Amino acid sequence: MSGNRFTRRGLLKTGATLGVGLAAPSFFVRGAHAYVNEPTGSTVTLGFNVPQTGPYADEGADQLRAYQLAVKHLNGEGDGGMLNTFSSKALQGNGILGKKVAYVTGDTQTKSDAARASAKAMIEKDRAVMITGGSSSGVAVAVQGLCQEAGVIFMAGLTHSNDTTGKDRKKNGFRHFFNAYMSGAALAPVLKDAYGSDRRAYHLTADYTWGWTQEESIAASTEAIGWETVQKVRTPLGAGDFSQYITPVLNSGADVLILNHYGKDMVNSLTQAVQFGLRDKQVNGKTFEIVVPLYSELMAQGAGENVKGIYGSANWDWKLPDEATQAFTKSFGQEYGSPPSQAAQTGYVQAILYADAVERAGTFNPCEVIAALEDYEFDGLGNGPTLYRGADHQCFKKVLVVKGADNPTNQYDLLEVVSEVPVEDVTYASDHPMFAGGELGSCNPGA
Amino acid sequence: MLEKLRNNDTAIMLAFTAMVLLGPIILAPFGAGYPDLLQRFAIFGIFAVGFNILFGLTGYLSFGHAAFLGIGSYMAVWSFKLLSMSVIPAIILAVLLSGLFALVIGYVSLRRSGIYFSILTLAFAQMCYNLAYSVLTPITNGETGLKVLSSDPRILDGASEGLPLPSVLGLRMIDTWRGSFLGMDVQFNVGFYFCAVILIIAFYISLRIFRSPFGLMLRAIRTNQARLNYTGINTRPYALTAFVISGMYAGLAGGLMACTDPLAGAERMQWTASGEVVLMTILGGVGTLIGPVLGAGFIKYFENIFSKINDNVLSGFLDFLPETLREGVVWVMGAFVGEGWHLTLGLLFMIIVIFLPGGLVEGFNRIIAWFSRPKGGDKATARVPAE
Repeated sequence: MSGNRFTRRGLLKTGATLGVGLAAPSFFVRGAHAYVNEPTGSTVTLGFNVPQTGPYADEGADQLRAYQLAVKHLNGEGDGGMLNTFSSKALQGNGILGKKVAYVTGDTQTKSDAARASAKAMIEKDRAVMITGGSSSGVAVAVQGLCQEAGVIFMAGLTHSNDTTGKDRKKNGFRHFFNAYMSGAALAPVLKDAYGSDRRAYHLTADYTWGWTQEESIAASTEAIGWETVQKVRTPLGAGDFSQYITPVLNSGADVLILNHYGKDMVNSLTQAVQFGLRDKQVNGKTFEIVVPLYSELMAQGAGENVKGIYGSANWDWKLPDEATQAFTKSFGQEYGSPPSQAAQTGYVQAILYADAVERAGTFNPCEVIAALEDYEFDGLGNGPTLYRGADHQCFKKVLVVKGADNPTNQYDLLEVVSEVPVEDVTYASDHPMFAGGELGSCNPGA
Repeated sequence: MLEKLRNNDTAIMLAFTAMVLLGPIILAPFGAGYPDLLQRFAIFGIFAVGFNILFGLTGYLSFGHAAFLGIGSYMAVWSFKLLSMSVIPAIILAVLLSGLFALVIGYVSLRRSGIYFSILTLAFAQMCYNLAYSVLTPITNGETGLKVLSSDPRILDGASEGLPLPSVLGLRMIDTWRGSFLGMDVQFNVGFYFCAVILIIAFYISLRIFRSPFGLMLRAIRTNQARLNYTGINTRPYALTAFVISGMYAGLAGGLMACTDPLAGAERMQWTASGEVVLMTILGGVGTLIGPVLGAGFIKYFENIFSKINDNVLSGFLDFLPETLREGVVWVMGAFVGEGWHLTLGLLFMIIVIFLPGGLVEGFNRIIAWFSRPKGGDKATARVPAE
């Protein structure tokens, strides 16, 4: 061990290399553009970052279809979909600000690391001016943070955690989808009517930001109607087998199981809960019930028979009677042969809202686009009159309470809308305790 | 001539430094010249170089190195949260903490060798992963990932305003200078050059270890550990030192990952990440100096570029073919690109392991030997890589 020759020459060489390396970055200055990724050619690139693998892959695939449809409509191809019913008429069907819309796609794998890598490639390599997508709140929060740092707009897709526009809210990020608090506020009165006010609830929760906030929101609103929360158990995301978590439910004295799961996780946990015979049990003299606070058509398809009579909430449903919903469903159906899911609708709407805001602002500069979106009121995109609140970049609109259809007429008609909860009942203050601790910060144009 | 250059450390170092620093220009034509991927090349290069010090020299195959990567990341993010947004304390702490973990895990695991050692390290890594994923959520924030918030204390920086972004000497890691070179879009990024300089230093340290008596001892362990033991040499301290050094390299790589993107998630510690570095090292050439860096670049390139080639892009490439033929070719090739990139990588891996056991480096050596044959006469046969 005596031969470590740290010679003077060796040291000089290392020192010189180090010096050159350290000095090099100081020559670099930032680009001359007013904002990052300013589109200079005849096209503008949007980045669609959705899960194509992992537990939320189905939702991601449907969302991606909706984005592609939105691009078609923005470029003036197809039947125009909801552009015809949208209250703002700024969009001409000639792209955005006369630039043809191009897009790049990426796979988030439902993992924060992969999602950020994919979004970074879109921003740095493909020069996307806007990133949209999600289908998992953990990913949405991570990508939203990245977009804030990089100086591009993030239009969140399917993300239901309170944190996205709560403690992790960002100036460059916007969410159209509803959130866990709204689910709780909308569901509680319906649950009270259906199951009474003397119930004992057991929570199984996906162990990440969305699960945590949904568990908190649902527990708070069910406790407000007199229910008791027996236990809250966290399960890993993408667990596959939930039997070990469901067995203890039977002996806990609970008479309601609340599944804070989504995507394939919810399909698996609900199916297993039904197979274990939970719904045939009588506990405390009452029939055992299951509640799935966040529902979707795709999950209902996955779980099949098992969703019958189970309550939950949704952002949107293709069976709503309004003109915008019908136009979108028709357009989507003609393109892909199936009705759109709520993930598809929120993605489509986000893309349209971004394009419209750019058109109204007259520039792609993120700071002016943000100003155009904040406190913007619109209608005709399927959710009725909607407000994009400037204080936290959350959309406020009615929330649907849905129930698994008892007698579905076809494979897409698995959920029935029980009630449309008006926006007043689900509105909260932007500094509500469940959303506190966040700071929008200032807009970042990236340059 | 080439043969001589290849064995000259100064020449190797200079060539390596030039290649790394000119990375943004060299890789631009391949569509890989954007900061995020360049950073990944450098970071995983460091990871693989460190792994090679253990696997390449001592032959101990660790299946748990991703644990150190994750520990380094978490430590760096905590340093951003509590100390300062400067990357210097972050990477120092990341290296120290992962070194400490490596000492403990190595002390236990190195009591066994061969497959038992591999399984022990794998078990420890899975333990770390599960701890980070669901048990230690107050420290790691579980699935959501540990993030830097503007409200964090940061006692060295004081109350800073605006976005907390990692920086070195006042330069933010995300700052990029964009320019045009021969019509290509080139991007020079602070984060990449920071990682690049560290990669060069890490490579130099690895070179010194390879050439040192300590390196010789490690090779002796690989060749015949029983014999060393019989001659009265206690090999375990040497192996443990190598294990700790490579653990520190992994921690450094993890810390740099957090520096270029201040977020740490548990998936970084999953066994697939541990397997990936084994693949990188074997693909590039086990026990060679430059091999692991090449392997890391190769795999990351596949993961980020090859996986983006979808059917539309393929159709674009094959525009010259007639419609019906094109559809068929796209269908066949589509299985190997895009989401099927793992399949291609697997096939390439098999081909390389079967025909070039020394990895990419052996391939290059054969090419060099083939070129220098006319001059050297029958003496220049294909040289087996260093180990």
